Amino acid sequence: MKLKFAIPLVLFLLLSVFLWKGLRMDPRRVPSPLIGKAAPEFVLSDIHDPTRTFSSQTMLGKVWLLNVYASWCESCRDEHPLLVAFSGKQLAPIIGLDYKDKPEDARQWLDRMGNPYTLSVSDLDGRVGINYGVYGVPETYVIDKQGIIRDKIIGPVTQQRIDDQLIPLIKELSQ
Amino acid sequence: MKRILLFIALLFVFVHVEANEAVPVAADPAIEKRMIALSENLRCLVCQNESLAASQAELALDLKQEIREMMKKGESDKQIVAYLVHRYGDFVLYKPPVKSTTLLLWYGPFLFLVAGLAALYFSIKKRRTQIVETALSQDEQQRAQSLLENNQ
Repeated sequence: MKLKFAIPLVLFLLLSVFLWKGLRMDPRRVPSPLIGKAAPEFVLSDIHDPTRTFSSQTMLGKVWLLNVYASWCESCRDEHPLLVAFSGKQLAPIIGLDYKDKPEDARQWLDRMGNPYTLSVSDLDGRVGINYGVYGVPETYVIDKQGIIRDKIIGPVTQQRIDDQLIPLIKELSQ
Repeated sequence: MKRILLFIALLFVFVHVEANEAVPVAADPAIEKRMIALSENLRCLVCQNESLAASQAELALDLKQEIREMMKKGESDKQIVAYLVHRYGDFVLYKPPVKSTTLLLWYGPFLFLVAGLAALYFSIKKRRTQIVETALSQDEQQRAQSLLENNQ
């Protein structure tokens, strides 16, 4: 008989757990449907030399990072020094996708902030960004030797995510 | 002369402002209508509580332009939705599709209904067994009879 009074309490606690969990989830981190799928191909021009084009096909056989950035993007400024430090480790090439940005602005920005990119290409109209499902710059994709997207970081990378998420994955994929 | 110059200058300012604020109007109102109807059911990923139709975020404007162009090419609403889901996931849909991971979401409320009905059934059944019917005694029978007769 006494147990019966505990039922509403148990239900309440159960509901609280779900609501508490829901509150602590970040709605901005939408799981990408592209993880595990082939990275969309693109051919874009180099921001430093518009006559030179880069095709994503040339990266086949390498593990690489695609970092979507823009000179107008505030939080790109936060992650930029980390990317510069990361590129010094020579673990994987980083290709920069300059999203909806003027190449000359991006050039100036890279001159000032340091350039972590093996190559940086211009996605002026944002079409490649749409194909990659970009909705919040910066975003970072890890692409394996077969050209499959293996992971995606939405928003600025942090030292913790580089150490715990990116580096182990890159090492695993490079083997 | 100065006034005329000022007037002309103001004219240019006015024209400039107009040019800035003019929203690109789709040439085809039918497509525009279809695009708005479709994008009202799609979520803008930048400002997640707004529909794609309502949002003025840059990505939303780009996607709406993309939808217009796809419609002009004669693609169906289904194809356009598939295009967006392929890139942004089911999250862009305000109405999630029925599949194995969303079964509980769609049919969970019915589970609660069934559970509630079952609880109601059993509690009523239990209550019935708790009621003990006792026959009226001779005395009570007579009193009841007289009360009923007096009422008439």
